[in-house]
Amino acid sequence: MSLIDLANPSRFLALVARLLPWLTAATLLTFAAGGVAAYLAPDDYQQGATVKIMFIHVPAAWLGIFAWVLMSIAALGTLVWRHPLADVAGKAAAPIGAAFTLMCLLTGSLWGRPMWGTYWVWDARLTSVLILFLMYLGVIAVWRTVEEPARAARAAAVLTLVGLINIPIIKFSVDWWNTLHQGASVIRLGGSAIHVSILIPLLVMVAAFTLLFVTLHLAAMRNEILRRRLRTMMMIQADATA
Amino acid sequence: MSASLGPYGGFIVAAYLSALVIIAMLIAWIILDRRNLLRLIAEMEKRGMGRRSRHGEKQA
Repeated sequence: MSLIDLANPSRFLALVARLLPWLTAATLLTFAAGGVAAYLAPDDYQQGATVKIMFIHVPAAWLGIFAWVLMSIAALGTLVWRHPLADVAGKAAAPIGAAFTLMCLLTGSLWGRPMWGTYWVWDARLTSVLILFLMYLGVIAVWRTVEEPARAARAAAVLTLVGLINIPIIKFSVDWWNTLHQGASVIRLGGSAIHVSILIPLLVMVAAFTLLFVTLHLAAMRNEILRRRLRTMMMIQADATA
Repeated sequence: MSASLGPYGGFIVAAYLSALVIIAMLIAWIILDRRNLLRLIAEMEKRGMGRRSRHGEKQA
């Protein structure tokens, strides 16, 4: 099956039906492995057991950013190539990305209280992630308020591409400004600053969360295609009764 | 369980619980949305509202 074949919603739905059981099984297995590895991981010499919050906080942060980048690629698909599945992909990713960004903010706050002595501080990293969450809500609001799907897709795509500016700001905020949030420790020049006994469980959890995202995104895309089919049927009915 | 996680066990448990609740809500939303859409599509089909082919027949 070529990439162009996937532009056909029926073929895409058939592919999703075949993939979802395998993806669900892979997600569950990876979460089981990650959960055991996270439980067995040693405490940090400074942070103690609170380092275990990192195993959900970092993957949630990664997915909050990843979903926006995915939506930006979909936005290009909508505006430049007018790919039939591009706006479906963008629309389906927004609530999932928002949920993981909220998870990042909540778990970060619960990690910050014992380590920093506060749930929240208006530093560059925390504020830029909060802005990312608000931008997700903005995109969802556009999809919900503009009734005609093609117009909503264009408006959401423009907003998504404008919001892409925030992604490097989130990444480099800890380098550009003095922040209470620590600097980069997983991906940085000179290698990871995290000991391998903690890094391996973290990477397994990142893989598990990413598989979960892919599974949920494909399922949400399938729902969105069904929603458009229903809309078409309702318009035909309205035509017939008019 | 939180006692074995040290003095901040409550924060660790709360963080994991919040993550679980968010993931559970996401999964429930997707499953319920699909069920609702399939039900509505089945109702439309029962009323004789097919997709484009039927529309084409009507117009022809």
